[in-house]
Amino acid sequence: MSDQNDENEIPHAAGNGLMHRRSLLKASALGLAGGFLLPAKADWNSVPGAPQSAYGSPSKFADLQREQTIGHPFGPAAGSSSTPLQSLNGTITPNSLHFERHHAGIPDIDPAQHFLTLYGDLKNSLRFSYESLLAYPMESHKYFLECSGNSYRNTFPTAQDLTAGSLNGLISGAEWTGVPLHYLLDEAGLEKEASWIIAEGADASGHTRSIPLHRMLDGAMVALYQNGEPLRPAQGYPMRLFVPGCEGNISVKWLTALKVQKAPAYTREETSKYTDLLKDGSAEMFSLEMEVKSVITSPSGKMQLNRKGVYEISGMAWSGASTIRAVEVSADGGKTWAKASLQSDNQPNALTRFRIPWQWTGQPGVLQSRAIDHKGNVQPTRDVALKRYSPGSFYHYNGIQSWQVSSDGMVKNVYV
Amino acid sequence: MSMYRFAKLIFKRWQHWFVVLLLISESPLLMAADDGLNHSLTPRLGERVTAYVSSIVSPDGSGLPNGSGSVTEGKLVYNAKCAACHGVDGKMQSNQIVGGIGSLASERPVVTVGSYWPYATTLFDYIARAMPYGQAKTLSANEVYATTAYVLFLNGIVSEQTRFDATTLLTVDMPNQDGFVELNEIDSNAESGVGKQ
Repeated sequence: MSDQNDENEIPHAAGNGLMHRRSLLKASALGLAGGFLLPAKADWNSVPGAPQSAYGSPSKFADLQREQTIGHPFGPAAGSSSTPLQSLNGTITPNSLHFERHHAGIPDIDPAQHFLTLYGDLKNSLRFSYESLLAYPMESHKYFLECSGNSYRNTFPTAQDLTAGSLNGLISGAEWTGVPLHYLLDEAGLEKEASWIIAEGADASGHTRSIPLHRMLDGAMVALYQNGEPLRPAQGYPMRLFVPGCEGNISVKWLTALKVQKAPAYTREETSKYTDLLKDGSAEMFSLEMEVKSVITSPSGKMQLNRKGVYEISGMAWSGASTIRAVEVSADGGKTWAKASLQSDNQPNALTRFRIPWQWTGQPGVLQSRAIDHKGNVQPTRDVALKRYSPGSFYHYNGIQSWQVSSDGMVKNVYV
Repeated sequence: MSMYRFAKLIFKRWQHWFVVLLLISESPLLMAADDGLNHSLTPRLGERVTAYVSSIVSPDGSGLPNGSGSVTEGKLVYNAKCAACHGVDGKMQSNQIVGGIGSLASERPVVTVGSYWPYATTLFDYIARAMPYGQAKTLSANEVYATTAYVLFLNGIVSEQTRFDATTLLTVDMPNQDGFVELNEIDSNAESGVGKQ
């Protein structure tokens, strides 16, 4: 940790209009002094609206869509969709907008025919039904979940003119509820040599990952609920593994087996994929933890500022290593930085919302955010982040996102 | 006697107990009991399983089934069920599984089964669980041994005469077996070195 990040030395305001994070937001230059006109009479003022429904849906006026990426010749069954970060606020991703990534489509699993089997270096192999797991003590925690390929488009040689969600939307924040895995492992009885657990999904890809035992005993759960309701099929219904702070794909969805053994299995998904090629031709394996990162979601890519005046710059920060200690924001492409305010219920391995007021005078600028966690990790610039791996390697990219605001108010992804 | 002197007297007389109290309150035992973890009040509903067939094949050979298959047999399976997506030579773009050996340190690394995958068991495991795409888990054990042999033959790693079974599969030396650095998972800080100042 350098002194530069010392609590006392980071200014609370910076160049190109960044204001003190506790500035009062005054009425903007447009002014509200003229009094309010009565709204034109609308139907909903006098005619009863729609009846209630069994399961709610958003307003048709709210533009809430996941961008879907079919980056594979096998089509959507091996694709992904990304959360529209630019349309959301706070730190909870609605279940219908949670990003999706699957290797062989979304299975439609009947929970009555689904079991979780624990076997391998255990005193007893045990099988749990969905119904039996519902009877176990559960915990609820807010965690982020990030695909290790999130923001991969920012590793491309030219900046893609896309929204915050299209670029960085393989990230979510949710309250996950489930059975702490140590209960089930205690019941089965770990043998002395147990060091790794191989988690396997019931989908057609049979997705399989080896996870160190210490991560499985400390914080991992068999998740059954997401934001209060049973998991959605795309998120692993009826059950998924959840390993906080780690790349999304080790939180194996449609979890059907946990094999305990001395060593990893070295499956395809931890060798051929989800390893990080270095410039010398070697590759890092089991890079499970997600690095410190942040992104400004408003103003962000493809937005249009249609007036001068005060805006709130707002975004999300997270770290797989720790809690977020600070987020700094720049409006001049990284020349000067000011501290943003963080929401008060900042938790480890969870999304944190940051906010800072900004006065846009109509001058061009570049908006950036830089997260720092409590272990002293600082989000790197794009250049530094890219130097870590071989060209073409795109997992675990956590470089600073830059949004250019041009004098006509258009906001655009740029590299600086 | 002032309140201050009274407090001081009490502290002096009981200071050993204060230390004991402090130790107890900081002890992991009490903290564990406090946060509700590790309690044994679970319903213990796991059913004993005695005959679970594992799908996981590891480099030590655990999980490999009985059976065998040759390069010659594998060519038939491959051409019928794999070539459409991977190409007859295994070099179809974006599904390439052949070639690239020695390219990993170059500006344009070509990552394939031959150039990158560390163990033959990784290939066996993946074909058995996920291939052919759309018909996963339909190949017999013999067909999986054979297809594994043929893909490694296409990569120039084994000879045309090769036949794999649970023993011979483990004798394959994959070119990039030593190419991986396992991150030290015990120290979680080791992974977060980027941007550390």
